[in-house]
Amino acid sequence: MAAFAYLDHNATSPLRPAAFDVMVEALRAGGNPSSVHRSGRAARGRVDGARRQVAALVGALPAEIVFASGGTEANNMAIGGSGRKRVLVSSVEHDSVLKAAANVEVIPVDAEGVVNLGALEQMLALSGEPALVSVMFANNETGVLQPIADVVRLARQAGALVHCDAVQAAGKVRVDLHGLGVDYLSLSAHKLGGPTGIGALAIRSGAPFASDRRGGGQESNRRAGTENVAGIAGFGAAADASREGLMVEGLRDRMERSLLAIAPDARVFGAGARRLGNTSCISMPDVRAETQVMALDLAGICVSAGAACSSGKVHRSAVLAAMGVEDAVAETAIRISCGWNTDSDDIERLIAAWRDLYIRVVQSDIRQARAA
Amino acid sequence: MNVFTQIRRNDQPIYLDYQATTPMDPRVLEAMMPYFTYKFGNPHSRSHSYGWEAEEGVEKARGQVAKLIGADEKEVIFTSGATESNNLAIRGVAEFYKDRRNHIVTTVTEHKCVLDTCRHLEQQGFDVTYLPVQKNGLVDLEALRAAVTDKTVVVSIMAVNNEIGVIQPLAEIGKICREKKTFFHTDAAQAAGKIPLDVEAMNIDLMSISGHKIYGPKGIGALYVRRKPRVRLVPLIVGGGQERGFRSGTLPTPLCVGIGEAAEIAMKEMDAESKRLTKLQARMLKGLNDKLTDIHVNGDLEHRIPGNLNIGFAYVEGESLMMGIKGLSVSSGSACTSASLEPSYVLRALGVEEDMAHTSLRIGLGRFTTEQEVDTAVDELVRHVNKLRAMSPLWEMAQEGIDIKSIEWAAH
Repeated sequence: MAAFAYLDHNATSPLRPAAFDVMVEALRAGGNPSSVHRSGRAARGRVDGARRQVAALVGALPAEIVFASGGTEANNMAIGGSGRKRVLVSSVEHDSVLKAAANVEVIPVDAEGVVNLGALEQMLALSGEPALVSVMFANNETGVLQPIADVVRLARQAGALVHCDAVQAAGKVRVDLHGLGVDYLSLSAHKLGGPTGIGALAIRSGAPFASDRRGGGQESNRRAGTENVAGIAGFGAAADASREGLMVEGLRDRMERSLLAIAPDARVFGAGARRLGNTSCISMPDVRAETQVMALDLAGICVSAGAACSSGKVHRSAVLAAMGVEDAVAETAIRISCGWNTDSDDIERLIAAWRDLYIRVVQSDIRQARAA
Repeated sequence: MNVFTQIRRNDQPIYLDYQATTPMDPRVLEAMMPYFTYKFGNPHSRSHSYGWEAEEGVEKARGQVAKLIGADEKEVIFTSGATESNNLAIRGVAEFYKDRRNHIVTTVTEHKCVLDTCRHLEQQGFDVTYLPVQKNGLVDLEALRAAVTDKTVVVSIMAVNNEIGVIQPLAEIGKICREKKTFFHTDAAQAAGKIPLDVEAMNIDLMSISGHKIYGPKGIGALYVRRKPRVRLVPLIVGGGQERGFRSGTLPTPLCVGIGEAAEIAMKEMDAESKRLTKLQARMLKGLNDKLTDIHVNGDLEHRIPGNLNIGFAYVEGESLMMGIKGLSVSSGSACTSASLEPSYVLRALGVEEDMAHTSLRIGLGRFTTEQEVDTAVDELVRHVNKLRAMSPLWEMAQEGIDIKSIEWAAH
């Protein structure tokens, strides 16, 4: 058995062996893809090959893929590059979307975390100013899937462009740029078993885009800077290996049933909505998330108390707050996320450790009650 | 032992384009490996040991980069590369202080990403002074002093030029900027790890560094941002608030570890490597001068990194020469623009005439260049230059003593 059960794939997923192999090859080979000599052309070949692989993962044309340093930059690029000043975003978006424009207008979500389409329609009708609507494919904390096709339909009626942050969804469920009809789609390599430091923005051909990054003409003038060749190659290989999607829903469901059997008043957030099959955001009644995360870490299990970007800071989850979850309950929620190398041993360990912690806490409560 | 000989296969050309990118040092790759595999955590995950381990790697690297430039580790932020660092430094300060200051000073020989950022800011209403350089490629300090006003927010002058390798007088520039109370940004992508840099002694407020120019990985760079007196920036990339809010996004741990290790190696080996390259540079130049006439080194030879030569081979078309020397990987200028046939704006700025600029090659020497490779390169260059000159009517006329410049070409 592995030393650790790693169940924090939504924070970062370990590198897939296929990605590792091509990266080491690319790192050893070197070369600047803009150089015209042989070394440069070989590097260019790696970049082009990976571009086709990433494009294939999301049903895009290779020319529609622009590599960037990660999901955060891709989200910033889409919102800044669309040229639209009026930006509507859902209340459960990642910070890199929420903060990417001044004065964003926030579309509310319901108690399951699903964007309120009626509200979106009203907001779009309020003003004739051309807008950009940004709604994520799947939420990073709860795994809840958004009705992107409906969002696109409403946006199109109002002449709005659509950006979709698919960082958590790509490689887990089917994501199709043209099938969805979105204009911009953000991707991150390290969430699907590729390396950190690389991501992409898929820009539907015909969608407006103006880069604000100045420099060399790389990425067809859409993103300046020497290409991260090894990162791109690793992204390509990971995208290729992810085309089947993740098959972990069975494990996740079994885990949730087990945990709810141990503590019937535990809550799974977003359970009433369509969700990614790998994510579980679940509360342990009256036990603070930090306590759970530490106890599970001691038991050799990695989970998180929320998004990794903010998990160091102790503040409540903006996603759960947007879903109307009371603070006292939100503070007891942890995120368990499976990935390409999760097996049933990992899940069994999690269930056992979670059960031990819960029983310990319940017993100590009982003792305290008796003492009092 | 030369580690690179193990990497380069015999059928591969000799790599002489170290200003475009450098091969990764195997020691750097080795340091990165664990962070690709079992130490794969997200450095921002604070709830488990995978995250802590990754964070440790990132913070060690930050210290290594800081040490290379005499900075405090808190003053180093990681970016995706020098292009992003340059964009962030110049746009970041310009936008932050725009209510009080609206003037930027730079030079005409900066990297394209600096010049384009300045042009973009001009469109936003900023005034930009593009200082010319002297014939040797160096900035005129008196002209700089005269250009800085009380409205100048930042002076951006590169430490080492990417095409001609000349080293700008950083300490003197820093002194002027401090006296004039304006920020000094330097694009040190080509300088870091090659010449001693000290942000304190040189009064540098912002400094851009690239990973892949110092035998580290691509996709990572750093920006030094002075804390005392504090330099403030408007971030380019927002989100999770990583890197003190200056640069959001999950840090790529292996890449950070890579640039850190590369910085440490460069620092440790700088003296010895610099001496070694100086010899190789002289050997190449002597080899070419011994066997060819009418060649000219572009840019100052004295104030220059030893790993660069930029040579004009009169009466030879640079592109034809490059096509001929198949055994050598060199370039005619910056990699970003190497697909275009425009003459280099850097050479034009030195007053190199267009016909001479077209004959110029950039030859980059580096850590894995051997004496034998230099000798082979000299032979190959000499052979092809002679061959092309033999076919050139201009060369023939020059040999007959005709002044080419006096010829009035028929319009076409």
